[in-house]
Parts: sequence; structure tokens; C-alpha cells
Amino acid sequence: MTRAAAVVGAGQTVHADRRTDVSVPELAREAARRALEDAGIRARDVDAVVFGSGPESWEGVNRPEGWIGPALGVPGKPILRVHTGGTTGAAATIAAFYHVTSGMFDVVLAVACDKPSERVAGGLPDDEAGAGFTLDTRELAAMQARQYIDRHYPEVREEHGAMVVAKNRGNAAKNPFAQVRTPVAAKDVMASPPVATPLKELDCPPLADGAAALVIADERRARKIASRPAWFAGLGTCSAGAFMPDFDMAYPEPCVRAAQIAYQMAWIYEPLRELDLVEVYDAFSFQELIWTEALGFCNPGEGGKMVEQGITAMDGEFPVNPSGGILSANPGGAGAMLRQLEAALQVMGRAGEHQVPGVKKAMAHSWGGALQFSTVTIFSHRM
Amino acid sequence: MPGKSGIQSGGSQGVGVEGELSIPYRHAAGRHAERFSREMRDNRRIMGVRCSRCEAVLLPPRPYCGFCFEPATEWVEVADEGELVTFTSVQGDPDAAVFEEPRIRALIMLDGAGVHFPHVLGEVAPDDVSEGMRVKAVWSEDRNGTLSDIKYFRPI
Ligand SMILES: [Zn+2]
Repeated sequence: MTRAAAVVGAGQTVHADRRTDVSVPELAREAARRALEDAGIRARDVDAVVFGSGPESWEGVNRPEGWIGPALGVPGKPILRVHTGGTTGAAATIAAFYHVTSGMFDVVLAVACDKPSERVAGGLPDDEAGAGFTLDTRELAAMQARQYIDRHYPEVREEHGAMVVAKNRGNAAKNPFAQVRTPVAAKDVMASPPVATPLKELDCPPLADGAAALVIADERRARKIASRPAWFAGLGTCSAGAFMPDFDMAYPEPCVRAAQIAYQMAWIYEPLRELDLVEVYDAFSFQELIWTEALGFCNPGEGGKMVEQGITAMDGEFPVNPSGGILSANPGGAGAMLRQLEAALQVMGRAGEHQVPGVKKAMAHSWGGALQFSTVTIFSHRM
Repeated sequence: MPGKSGIQSGGSQGVGVEGELSIPYRHAAGRHAERFSREMRDNRRIMGVRCSRCEAVLLPPRPYCGFCFEPATEWVEVADEGELVTFTSVQGDPDAAVFEEPRIRALIMLDGAGVHFPHVLGEVAPDDVSEGMRVKAVWSEDRNGTLSDIKYFRPI
């Protein structure tokens, strides 16, 4: 990288089932305004904006970049819209990082927003779906969970997914922005109605209207703006395609590779020892275990043990999703940025009630599409 | 785009813009998809293509390999039977409508194929399904060139 970059401000909306009080641009603006206030800068101090949102059918409005740009103070400045499925919000941050490290821009605002409560029913047809080559996300996640459990049974059982939900919902009780803040016990998860076996209702995420925003600055500006910026230490992204040969859903290659790239960049050799925590994209309970393994925090099949022994609890030796994760707040394209936002806040020591003490290095992960997009971002308290 | 919309006011929902869409479309399927459909409909054959570099047999067929970025032009017939890779018993659709009978979605590695084939299972109860079991296509009499030309896969 040509020069260093850091997160110097963060903002998010409350993530709610349905926000009838704001339009899509107003929702995006709410997060952006909080991020600018958090950084203590004004919209005119921003050199460029990167905006991420889901498919148009999800917003319910066409070409959101046209409507949202002015709401973010863009006129007269460059704006770029990015969309890579579930990783959209993380991709917006990553594009902002490229903007800054390239030397082209000093201060960049990354915003991600989705309003799925207003989505167009049914969505639009996918390519290759014409002949029927399509799986909905829930079916995909269910088959992934089945394959994962069957491969590692009895070390991994259905109960381990339930333990993840109980842990993350418990963490969310301390996060005022989370969508679902009522704790549940693992036995409640096990007793919830089956949705797509082995997934039960409480193994699946809610769906929220919500937005997130980050202010990203170069070294010189970052030091001026923030007393303790969250420096980008490593970044890895990897994509594959749907229906690729040898694709292993229980140990997805794009995730493994994205992590390897990020570790190499951040000079990390023993992730579990050198990092303090991770925010993973736990769209479904079992995925937290799968990502914990694919990111190299334990061996394949040991994910169940990690949650069962409390290692990944907020007060454990390696907390996973102290914010409550996607299982507690799922605002579409903003969800992946939330993982980065939470990891950055932990490094800045400003995560509030769910702050883990003494965090120096934290990681954020996301996945999207038919498991084919993966991003990994590592933040450090030191440049 | 055909449709209608307008401002609707009031109630606890606040002011909203409501409307309805009807979106007819016609997409080019591409030449490979065309042959795939025709073979399914007319000959009850599942045709894939082999990558000229990694030699994986790809489904749905397309003129390139997504891994190698190399042409995939050699047509290969794939068996209509294979091994169950993974499955899920789905209780309802994502909009919460509950099915009368759970629908068993599955990924199948057809003999001769290099990628998983998504379909449904039939003539079997969810509890009797297991990974690695052999399954075979049951073809429909009424075929239109899509995956629904196969009614389901049954255990053999
Ligand atoms: Zn190939």
C-alpha cells in the first residue's frame, strides 16, 4: 500500500424491522451524519463518497445512488456505488480504503444502507435461474449446515448452532443499535419451529432497515481527526462463482483465501493469539462456527468446542461477535459494514457496553452471493 | 415499466408511496443454455460442457470455465443419477407460507459432472435421507426445457 489509512469516525442507525418514518435517502443520511459528527468533521471536509446498497428490488426504489448522493453531501464530489451481495457494505469500505491509499483522496465517507421492509415482492430474475439453477439463501445455508454437521458429528451438533444464537443474542442486549435485544437460551432455539432442517426459526437472522457509515482518512488527516484511529492493517477479498467445481460449503475456499491474504498483509502468523476478537457475518447460526474455522482460529471441526467452552463468549479468550452479529441485526447491504464498524470501534476503545477490554487488533469478516464473495478486514491500534 | 403508483397517507404507517408493478421480461439465455434446455425437453438428457483446461464438467453449461477463463465447448452427457451431497427439508417458503408437505431440497453430484446439481427429492421421507445416498431422476411427461422437466430425484 502506498500510504496508511484509518477509520476515524463511525455512525449507524438503530436497526429496526421497519422504519416508516424515513425514506431510503433519509436513512442513509442518518448514519452518515452520525459518522461525520463522530469524527468531528463536516460534509465539506469529505473528498469523495462510496455508497453501497443491495439490489434495487431490495430498496424498493430504482437507482438509489441518484437519490442518496445529495443526501450525503455529494454534489461537487465523486461518488461510486458498489454492490457485491452480502459483502456490499464491506466492499464500500474497501473501495474507500483504495481511494485513500491510492493518494487520490484524503478523507472518504463510506455509507451502506438497505431498506428490505420496502422490497419489491419476489425480486428480479437471476441469470441462470431461467433453467432453475437457483437456491434461496436460506436453503443454501441449511444445506451448508447439514454438510458441516454431518462431516464433524459428534464434535459438532445442532446444539452448537443454538449456543451461538444464545451467545450472540446475549451480547446484543448490550448493544443499543441491535435489532433483537431479548436474550434467548439455547434450549429455546432448539425448541423453535423447523424452517429448513437443520435450521430452526431462531437459527435464522431477522431482517432490518438500517444504515452504517465510516469516515476513512489518510495518515496525516487521521492523526489530526482522531486521538485513537483504527488503522487498516490487513485486507483480503476473494470471489468465486456459483456452481463452481469442487466447491466445499463446509470450508469455503473464498473465505480461507481472503483470510490468508489479509494475514499476509498484516504480518499475522497465529490469528488466535495475535488478534483480540472477530466480528463474523453470522447470517445463520452455524456459519459462525464455519467462519471461525475457515478464518483459521481453530481446526476444522473445532468450531463447536469454541462456543461450548465459552472461548468465543464476550468474556472468553477470543470473543466472536461481541456486538451480537447479524443474528441480532441484519440490515442487508449495511450488515457487512457493521462488522467492520464494530471491529474498528473495539480497536478505538469506543464500543460502549459491549467493549472488550484491551483490544489492539480486531478483524471483520463478511460473505455474500451464493457463498462466493468473502472479505476480511483487520484493524490495529497502531499504524 | 407498466404499473401505477401514488401517495397514500395516514394511519400508524405514516405517509407512503404505494404502487404495483408488472414486469414482463425476455432475457437472452445464451447458446449453451439453449442446447441444455432442448436436450432436457426433447431427449431427457442432462448435458454439461468440459473445460478445455481444468477438464471439469460444468453445469449449467456455459461457453467458458469460470475458474480458468478458458473456453468450454466440448459437450458431455451427464448421468441422470448420482450421489446426494447435502440436503434440507424445507417447511415453507421465505414469505412464511407453510408447505403441505416439507420439500426436500438437495445438491446432487451427478455421475460424470464436476459441479453440484440443485434439485428436490421425492418418494422418500426426510428422516430416511442421508448424505452419500444414490438417487435417480424421475422425468416429467410434460417438459418445457427447465430443471422442472425432472419431477424429482428418488433413492435407488
Ligand atoms: Zn476450467
